[in-house]
Amino acid sequence: MGYIELMDISKSYNKQSDVLNGIDLQIEKGEFFVLVGPSGSGKSTLLRMIAGLEDISGGTLKINGNIVNHLPPKDRNLSMVFQNYALYPHLTVEQNILFGLNAKKIDKATQKKRLLETAEMMGLSDLLKRKPRELSGGQRQRVALARAVVSDAPLCLMDEPLSNLDAKLRANMRIEIRRLQKKLGLTMIYVTHDQVEAMTMGDRIMVLNDGIIQQVGEPIALYNKPSNLFVATFIGSPKMNLGKAKLKESNLVIEDVFTIPFNHEQILAKFQNRQLVVGIRAEHIPHGAEKDGVQTVEIVNVEQLGNETLISFEVGSKLWTAKWLGQWLVGVGDRVPVQISVENMCFFDEDTGNLIQAATSSLKREVVAI
Amino acid sequence: MNMSNPMIESTEIPEINYESVKRKQRIRTFAKGMLFLLPSLLLFGVFLFYPLFKTLYLSFFLTNARGETTVFVGLQNYLGMFASPIFHQSMKSTFLFVLYTVPTTIIIALFLAVLANEKLKGIGFFRTIFTSTMGISVAAASVFWLYLFHPSIGFINGILEMIGMESIGWLTDPKWALIAVAVTTIWMNLGFTFLVLLGGLQSIDSYLYESADIDGASYFYKLRRITIPMLSPTLFFVITVTIINAFQTFGQIDILTQGGPQNTTNLIVYSIYREAFTNYQFGTASAQAIVLFVIILIMTIIQFKLGERKVHYQ
Amino acid sequence: MTMPISKKILFYFLLSISALVVFAPALLAFVMSFMDNKDIMTGSLPQSLSFDNYIKAFEQFPLLKYLLNSFIVAIAITIGQLILSSLAAYAFVFLEFKGRDLLFFLFIATMMVPFEASIIPNFHIIRDLGWIDQYPGLTVPFFATAFGTFLLRQNFKQIPKELREASQIAGMGDFKFYLKVVLPVAKTSLVTLGAYGFLTSWNMYLWPLLSTTNDTVRTVQIGLKQLQTQEQLNDWGVIMSGAIIVIIPTMILLFLGQKQLQKGLTEGAIK
Ligand SMILES: Nc1ncnc2c1ncn2[C@@H]1O[C@H](COP(=O)(O)OP(=O)(O)OP(=O)(O)O)[C@@H](O)[C@H]1O
Ligand SMILES: [Mg+2]
Repeated sequence: MGYIELMDISKSYNKQSDVLNGIDLQIEKGEFFVLVGPSGSGKSTLLRMIAGLEDISGGTLKINGNIVNHLPPKDRNLSMVFQNYALYPHLTVEQNILFGLNAKKIDKATQKKRLLETAEMMGLSDLLKRKPRELSGGQRQRVALARAVVSDAPLCLMDEPLSNLDAKLRANMRIEIRRLQKKLGLTMIYVTHDQVEAMTMGDRIMVLNDGIIQQVGEPIALYNKPSNLFVATFIGSPKMNLGKAKLKESNLVIEDVFTIPFNHEQILAKFQNRQLVVGIRAEHIPHGAEKDGVQTVEIVNVEQLGNETLISFEVGSKLWTAKWLGQWLVGVGDRVPVQISVENMCFFDEDTGNLIQAATSSLKREVVAI
Repeated sequence: MNMSNPMIESTEIPEINYESVKRKQRIRTFAKGMLFLLPSLLLFGVFLFYPLFKTLYLSFFLTNARGETTVFVGLQNYLGMFASPIFHQSMKSTFLFVLYTVPTTIIIALFLAVLANEKLKGIGFFRTIFTSTMGISVAAASVFWLYLFHPSIGFINGILEMIGMESIGWLTDPKWALIAVAVTTIWMNLGFTFLVLLGGLQSIDSYLYESADIDGASYFYKLRRITIPMLSPTLFFVITVTIINAFQTFGQIDILTQGGPQNTTNLIVYSIYREAFTNYQFGTASAQAIVLFVIILIMTIIQFKLGERKVHYQ
Repeated sequence: MTMPISKKILFYFLLSISALVVFAPALLAFVMSFMDNKDIMTGSLPQSLSFDNYIKAFEQFPLLKYLLNSFIVAIAITIGQLILSSLAAYAFVFLEFKGRDLLFFLFIATMMVPFEASIIPNFHIIRDLGWIDQYPGLTVPFFATAFGTFLLRQNFKQIPKELREASQIAGMGDFKFYLKVVLPVAKTSLVTLGAYGFLTSWNMYLWPLLSTTNDTVRTVQIGLKQLQTQEQLNDWGVIMSGAIIVIIPTMILLFLGQKQLQKGLTEGAIK
């Protein structure tokens, strides 16, 4: 039994169409759980239902074993950090941090103690007398976090807390939030539309699209074994290369362009009478020199990232990208050999979009476990 | 982690349990909403809605001097009113008055607002001057103009004499009295109208003018093609407010002319006041009040209807 | 791009003329209030300026009492309006309950009922309550205002709803949130509405005329009318000094709050 349990939760604003549907989910105590999905997929709605800010249309929500569907936010013992921080503009940092404790009528001495601790931890000690408008974005963010921390609530909800920050600060804050969560043993539910954020921060990730759970799992699992085409393209950057494929005799023909020998008898059975889509990650298309399965492609775009080089080429109607380590002096129009091997391919059913077979190379535990 | 259980223990049949809690919460929020609105609703009820219906009720009766109903007369008050030449005069004066004041007020105020919208040194001073009449009460304004219109020592007649014209009995000549009251009213309303129009002008995005400048548009072209259209919602609001205000004119009349001469300035509110509180004819006064209400109602509805269309334009 | 100098001159010329014309009535009155009666009657330029008219006005009339009454009435109405309309605006913005839209429509409907049209029963109500010549009779009927409610509602709507939600999570009730967050955050619009409320109630005429019969609570506007009717035999200097005294508080308020009022009224106008 998880710390937070969602049983068949659904939400509808207009009683006709569902914004969320059939959400079943368990979140463990102390877990950093990330909700990710494109805009409008229902992430905020789900989070706000857990917080009690939004009515639950159907299903049961349990926190710590108790049904809380009917409880107002304050009785759910949680804290929340908002995208726009929701700092009270007329109050100082100190008053903002203590706002919740005041509302809960906690005695002054305890307030003082917790304030100092929290301010120290968040590096806000020198800013306590300032008003929010006198703070930088990052500092405001920290005050919002401090407000969540000081409440001592075991569950913390965050709705895209970093989206108003610039890239560098965002990277710093990611680590900081993550550290804080571990240190305090918080259970965290964190909403973002940024898959990098999801991958780097989450213990587990739930991918949501159109109000329906696409996949729940650890970041690596989502990356290696995306359960459908949506997750495959949503997680990972650059996104997974996809192409329609057919089996012809003992060859795999991708987009009528690549013909690759196929001799994996054991998975062949799964492909009976199905239209296939193959997916292959950019880093699994190396410069082809060694073995067979080498295809020659014409480069249409090159991105030099310094430590690696992204090479785009056309495969039938699709644009694929390969990621090569190091710096490669190639130009647009050059023809280069690339290696595309079946072990690195994920196979999807074209009609349902669901995964039929994950890349066999990843099954061999390519991930280095320590 | 102290979960010092504020939560209700989960029961066997949670569905029913939290449904009823939800209903209770709905009732609570409703009660809360009503509580916040109660003071306003109560006062609106006592001093607005109830009196309105009471007015309608009174308009079907004759009353005694205390305002208690005596005889039900049906539509007699209305029939009498519509047959009365005094009421005709009153309606005619009222509409004439609206006609005199509204366009003039708007045009002058718009002129001033356009002038004062230029970014010139010391413009704040001029803005303050133009706004100033807003701070001048009906009573004070009327007293100022009572002097200006004074037949012998008045400033206006003084000027007329200076340029060799005959002096005019501004407030005693039936030909001029309504105009004199109108002038006073225009002056009084200038401040408010100016202020609102200036606000409207200043909320027009300056990039519109900048791009017109680049196109080399002339001052009047910009005024006609950018300023006035962009200002139209504000203009519209100001027009309605001015019209409604004009229908409610009272103080100027009471101080300047008391409805005279020959009832030419007996505007509707003054007429109601006189009928009710000098003649104690509360029945007929109420009938007139209902007429006033209907007029204002129509004005407001037009405002909302057209206003809605305006919003869609943007 | 700056204006060519010729255009500038034209603008200053037009501005000055307009300012002179607009301000002339008040200016004349102001000068007259310091002139002696002989100069006024002969229409000559002032020979001497003195405070005599003011002294006379205060001596012959209970002007001080009237002023005090006006202050009490205007401040009471202002505060009443601020409280009632901020409460109502709060309900319309932050509370969601059944029938809210209907009630909002009711508030809009009040704008269609001019006070003048319901003045007869109102007078009777005040009389029956025994509120003639009482402060409540002069103030309470004006506490509820649709205009004020709309103005504040417009403003409250700009408060991010996350502030309410954060306070809900912290366990703060609605009334406390209204008091501790909404009112301080919307301070400027409250000041605007307050200034407007004070201005209009200070300048009220018809209702004080009806609901006061003696000097106990009579406001300065009605006092001015009395002054004017009784000084019919024409001490214009005294009358003008009375009028100037009447407009001083509102003029000061206007000069201080002009920018605020302009913003507030424009917001109220273009919803
Ligand atoms: N109050 C509301 N009334 C009606 N529909 C709503 C309401 N709030 C959200 N929705 C709808 O519910 C869907 C999910 O919205 P939600 O805010 O949960 O998306 P999100 O995943 O948080 O998106 P984003 O990443 O843009 O924040 C959207 O289609 C939205 O239009
Ligand atoms: Mg969202």
